[in-house]
Amino acid sequence: MDFLALTLAGILSAGAPLVLATLGETLTERAGVINLSLDGTILLAAMTAFALAFVSGNPWLGLVGSIAVGMATAAIVVLIGPVLGRSQLAVGFILTLLCRDLAYFLGHPYARQFGPELPVWSIPGIRDLPFIGPILGYQSPVVYLSLGLTVFLWWWLFSTRAGLELRAVGEEPWAAFARGIKVQRLRIMYTLLGGALVGLAGGAFSLAVKPGWGRPQGAEGAGWIALAIVIFGGWHPLRAALGAYLFATLQVLGIYLQEQFPGLPAPLFQVAPFPVMILTLLLVNVGSTGWFQELAFRYPGMKRWLSRWQVTAPAALGQDFRPERET
Amino acid sequence: MSYAARFSLSLGRLAAAVFLSLVFTTLLLLVSGAPPLHTFAILFAGGIGSVAKLGQTIAVWIPLVLCSSALLLTFAPGLWNIGIEGQIILGAIFATGFLRPFPAGASPLVLAGALIAGMIGGAFWAYIAGVLRTWGRVHEIFGGLGLNFVALGLTLWLIFGPWRRPGVASMSGTEPLHPSLWLKGIKGFSLSPVSLVLALLAIFLVIYLLRSTRWGLSLKAVGQNPEAALLYGLKPNKRIVEAMALCGALAGLAGALQVVGVYHRLLPAISSNYGYTALLVTMLASFRPNLIPPICFFFAVLNVGSIQLPLQLKLDSSLSGVIQGVLVLSIFLVHGLEERWQLLRRQK
Repeated sequence: MDFLALTLAGILSAGAPLVLATLGETLTERAGVINLSLDGTILLAAMTAFALAFVSGNPWLGLVGSIAVGMATAAIVVLIGPVLGRSQLAVGFILTLLCRDLAYFLGHPYARQFGPELPVWSIPGIRDLPFIGPILGYQSPVVYLSLGLTVFLWWWLFSTRAGLELRAVGEEPWAAFARGIKVQRLRIMYTLLGGALVGLAGGAFSLAVKPGWGRPQGAEGAGWIALAIVIFGGWHPLRAALGAYLFATLQVLGIYLQEQFPGLPAPLFQVAPFPVMILTLLLVNVGSTGWFQELAFRYPGMKRWLSRWQVTAPAALGQDFRPERET
Repeated sequence: MSYAARFSLSLGRLAAAVFLSLVFTTLLLLVSGAPPLHTFAILFAGGIGSVAKLGQTIAVWIPLVLCSSALLLTFAPGLWNIGIEGQIILGAIFATGFLRPFPAGASPLVLAGALIAGMIGGAFWAYIAGVLRTWGRVHEIFGGLGLNFVALGLTLWLIFGPWRRPGVASMSGTEPLHPSLWLKGIKGFSLSPVSLVLALLAIFLVIYLLRSTRWGLSLKAVGQNPEAALLYGLKPNKRIVEAMALCGALAGLAGALQVVGVYHRLLPAISSNYGYTALLVTMLASFRPNLIPPICFFFAVLNVGSIQLPLQLKLDSSLSGVIQGVLVLSIFLVHGLEERWQLLRRQK
């Protein structure tokens, strides 16, 4: 029982940065913009957070720094992409590589240093509960933040006027425009907000979940996993968080397996989530292919099972909205 | 617009981008407390300062040109072949696997076989990504990226498992090949004329395919308008898988050449990020083949020169990647600003 509770606590902790990044990207993509730069942004934000915390001695300042980095890269994506009309995917990919190299370059003096970490909060009331206590009672603030934000964004997206406008901008920008919604302004805003959460994910790595900085830091590849989870989660905050915890479970499992097979190199276990990533994307997308629908016509049971997983992207995802070009 | 006007315009764009990147890099160096001019001097002296270093630079230029020209084939139908990194690795794995039964050496014919095996390996890995895209609707960015990590895992497993060196299995790679299976280099260089010729052949092959064949034209049609291409019977899905496989074959060749021509063994870092760098090269070249060789040369100079940075200035060698990335980002920014400016002028 204790072992199970501790494992669950480990999954909540390992999943926190993934949840934050996934929620951020979900917001951005719901507005119709793809920020592909996650993998690099998370590393640069992680490095910045650690370096700031190391220099100032204050981990909270580091967390603020990571948010700033996330917003800055998101600003570049939205400026060169949707605003100036160049390819969003291209800009995002360039930034992925650029931010990673920038993180290694600027972080060189801070590599393998011992720096401050975020404190572990213990919540009175919850910490004394049986079973729940060890899971939820003693966690890093980023874990509580990731849990709170998941529920908040779910409510925000589907139960508020602002959430409705956000979805409209990503689904039917022209209709939203005709209703007087400022499409481009909302897209810029949500890309920046999403970027802030992605940056926070980086800070969560280097200040709490995988404390410290180095080359490699250990957060490499997490950004790509987060991008895939956004799709797997069908652009829905709850399902996205579920996907993030699924991958966190894989990571925790990897650590146990690594203890079982000490002869194998550690990077081998870091590779394991990626085949799973491909399979999950296959699972949620294969239902919409022509050959599968023919098959499903013959075997309705198969279709029912798969339709539970199937997702549809925001209709205007990745498409620029530039009414000034039409005049 | 005349050819001269277009040429001077793209030259002007390039100059603006280079200027922007220079400003950014200088600021970056000042922030990290390094002397900018001295750093640039070390970077270029490290890349072209001597004949030996020039040889090293050309040895990097070869896989970059192979991969960048290969990527023209996948960019033509609008594909993002990020999986090229894994395709290089698979080429290296297949080539090493082909040569393992010959620990005591063999004839040059076997060496040619290893190169072909590498091409098959790369094509196979790209084919998977292509089929995932056309048959399973998994975007090639995710399929390819996932396969990159799988390829890396495969390499590690081989090096530490079935192909480990007798005695110590380590990150230093597999047992070196018998010297008769090394691609003979020019005296004193790890640079083989065969590799050089193959790289040049590859770029001419790609130019020929894209400019002078029906197949190349249909690739571009698929990229411009997939629905129309389908209606015209151009079989977009088939073209996509073909373009991926051919691109993978050239990337696999690059990987095989790294094994037989440069490292003479399989290493965990055998692909050296050349695939990702090649993606940057192709974008900086705006998908124009004639710009690929010079840009690859510049990037190769940066890559080789940056090896000196940790030794001489205690800076991280990733500065080369930073400069390359900033340069490509700048060209996108300049392009976008220019278009915006033209739009404003037209509206007046």
